[in-house]
Amino acid sequence: MSASLSLSAVSLSIQGQPILDHVDLELKKGEVLGLVGESGSGKSMTALAAMQLLPQGASLTGVIELDGQDLTDLDEAALCRLRGGAIGMIFQEPMTALNPLQTIGHQVAETIRIHRGVSRHQSARLAREVLNRVGLPEAHFALDRYPHDLSGGQRQRVVIAIAIACRPKVLIADEPTTALDVTTQAEILALLKHLVAEEQMGLLLITHDLAVVADMADRIAIMKDGRIVEAGETVALFDTMRHPYTRRLFEASRHVPRGERRRAEGEPLLEAEGIVRDYRLPRRAFWHPRRTHRAVDHVSFTLRRGENVGLVGESGCGKSTLARAVLGLESLQEGRITLLGSPFAGRDILPEPAARRDVQVVFQDPYGSFNPRHRVERLIAEPFHLLDRPPHGAVRRARIERALGEVGLAPADASKYIHEFSGGQRQRLAIARALIIEPALIILDEAVSALDVSIRAQILDLLADLSERLGVTYLFISHDLSVVRAITDRVMVMKDGSIVEEGETDEVFARPQHAYTQRLLAATPLIDDALARRRDRTLSR
Amino acid sequence: MLTYLLQRLASLVLTLAAATIVIFVMIEMVPGDPAAFMMGMNADPEAVGALRDQLGLDQPAAVRYLDWVKGLVAGDFGVSYTYKVPVFELIADRIGISLPLTLYALVLSTLIAIPAGVFAASRRNGAADVSVMGVTQLGIAIPNFWFAMLLVFVFAITLRWFSAGGFPGWDAGFLPAMKALTLPAIALALPQASILARVMRSALIDTMGEDYVRTARAKGLTARQALWRHALRNALIPVLTIIGLQFSFLLAGAIIIENVFFLPGLGRLVFQAITQRDLIVVKSVVILLVFAVTVVTFLVDMAYAAVDPRLRRGG
Repeated sequence: MSASLSLSAVSLSIQGQPILDHVDLELKKGEVLGLVGESGSGKSMTALAAMQLLPQGASLTGVIELDGQDLTDLDEAALCRLRGGAIGMIFQEPMTALNPLQTIGHQVAETIRIHRGVSRHQSARLAREVLNRVGLPEAHFALDRYPHDLSGGQRQRVVIAIAIACRPKVLIADEPTTALDVTTQAEILALLKHLVAEEQMGLLLITHDLAVVADMADRIAIMKDGRIVEAGETVALFDTMRHPYTRRLFEASRHVPRGERRRAEGEPLLEAEGIVRDYRLPRRAFWHPRRTHRAVDHVSFTLRRGENVGLVGESGCGKSTLARAVLGLESLQEGRITLLGSPFAGRDILPEPAARRDVQVVFQDPYGSFNPRHRVERLIAEPFHLLDRPPHGAVRRARIERALGEVGLAPADASKYIHEFSGGQRQRLAIARALIIEPALIILDEAVSALDVSIRAQILDLLADLSERLGVTYLFISHDLSVVRAITDRVMVMKDGSIVEEGETDEVFARPQHAYTQRLLAATPLIDDALARRRDRTLSR
Repeated sequence: MLTYLLQRLASLVLTLAAATIVIFVMIEMVPGDPAAFMMGMNADPEAVGALRDQLGLDQPAAVRYLDWVKGLVAGDFGVSYTYKVPVFELIADRIGISLPLTLYALVLSTLIAIPAGVFAASRRNGAADVSVMGVTQLGIAIPNFWFAMLLVFVFAITLRWFSAGGFPGWDAGFLPAMKALTLPAIALALPQASILARVMRSALIDTMGEDYVRTARAKGLTARQALWRHALRNALIPVLTIIGLQFSFLLAGAIIIENVFFLPGLGRLVFQAITQRDLIVVKSVVILLVFAVTVVTFLVDMAYAAVDPRLRRGG
């Protein structure tokens, strides 16, 4: 089979900054090529180079061939005929990838109209067919629906419909499922697999997730700092892993921090009894009655001192609201939360400042959760205001330095600004900020979700180490089951505002009882399982 | 859609009701007795008392408020203390100039600003963009009365294309009347167009960076097509807000330009009424402006809904 898309010695720089360095890639017809790398490795720019949609100030050398035709030779008009025609693209963020002011039917039909020159009526008919094929049947997804009516997964299906409407030879998918829940991810990946087989398209699947490529890709290319460091057939590549970076990536993505699993034996730290949180929805009109949405529905649990508890569930299940309730940031409609034996939050109870110092939080976004105008010193000393007598002078300085030391940063970092730190370092700072007043409980709300696998492994080690040394309790909230499995002793599974299953982590993962937990686990991609399936298939052939 | 419309209408009515109360209370608090003012410095106290009776000024505030609102609804705004003619007539004459002038200026400003903004945004950082930004900077910086005098000097005194001021009245015909309003409208439109063009440009540059514009490019649309078909309508939302604000500003804020061009508009009427303590005129003009502003806000809300389907949901 000849290559559908090939990149030979492609180098790219943007305003003098080198981005890609002699990249060679070959994508054959009907094949899935996984392009794996961490953020900043140049994988998205590779995709944009293949689409010839590079930002201003980009200079590119090398050859990019689509079916033997060099794209770098073509003028803009010819490229426009190819984009959306012979080569389609899917993006990471489905929530913003569609025009909010146009119907989904219009947006799919537009591709068909500009490439095939058919009538409005006919393009609408063809758009209907494409939407049916991506799993959006007419009964629920009429052409005149707008993107805001659809969920993330449904919107991603619309984006896929746009990309495949003209039956392209090559489909480029840039992190197509990173923003989606595991079950939705599994559905979208299955759809892509099906379309590739049916249409004999070549699929360039760009992702940071080795488990996803192990499942999807026939061949894999590993990218680091703008270069392809290793490429090969999937099973063979995982078997040999010639390049040390590949091995590092592989180990980091299955990393389990050292440390014993602990039984829940300590004294109760935080007890939640039947807590309910309702959100008032906007009235349909002012003469309509007010409606409410129950985000947390009679949830009870106990966190014991020194244990790490995971809280998993898909987006919208209420886990972040529950986290905010435990932080005392939500007013509860029913139930109460007790911290160390005294009332912490409830229907008419607001947390005392003294109690607040025992519960701290680390959020997902290491970029948005710091004020860029303050020095690190001031940022991580923020929780001191919860103390009756905040430390001053040398004592304050010493505590700041100790907190920085705990998370593996240098005392000199105290006088820097936040923009001088990488994403992983910022997350260390967020942990330092939580630790500085020695809380009993730290809530980690998707605290490692935005990090690359190698950084994630380091942060998980750090958390495990801190919990062992300082005896802190974690409530670890995540949609990523493999991370929860790696770090927690006990896990709670949440769905539609209720906790549907709870138990020791190993037990729940090995023998899930509730159907929803089973579904979540089945949808979670695992490298070993995917590779085993691949080997079986090769053998049976 | 119907729900949205009814909601906006309800909010319009409530705003107007609240505005009448606020205006009434404020006028009550202004020092100075209209009756004494009307009778002059050396008036006989008894005569002033009789006039107060006649004007209904000795009634309790609540009664006067209700009378006033009742009158407003029936189109009876009362009689001007100084001109001794019905306020309604007084305002009707003036609004016949101020409203066309405002609309004229607004149309000019929009017609200049939107193409200029789109042009600049589509050639970002190019010579065209830099020129548009420079000219609009100037347009905002120049005081509009000075620009108005410049217009008079060039087009009225030197070239003699337009008259230097005054208004022939609509009886003189549509074209002569519009001609008399042209220089004032241009003078009013320049700063507004400059602001609007900048808003249009930055809104469009923002939307051109959105993910859905990238999706549009990946479909095979040219940069220009992506701009016209996908980015422009999204970028119009902030522009509509500014146009709505500008209408209110122009309707009452044209007082300096009215003075430069000797136009008997609303701005001059209010100014004179305030200096002469003709509170009934002030009250009426202010309520009229509030009415105009709320109606325009309502229209802008309707325009949002026409542009943005997310606002139409649940209707």
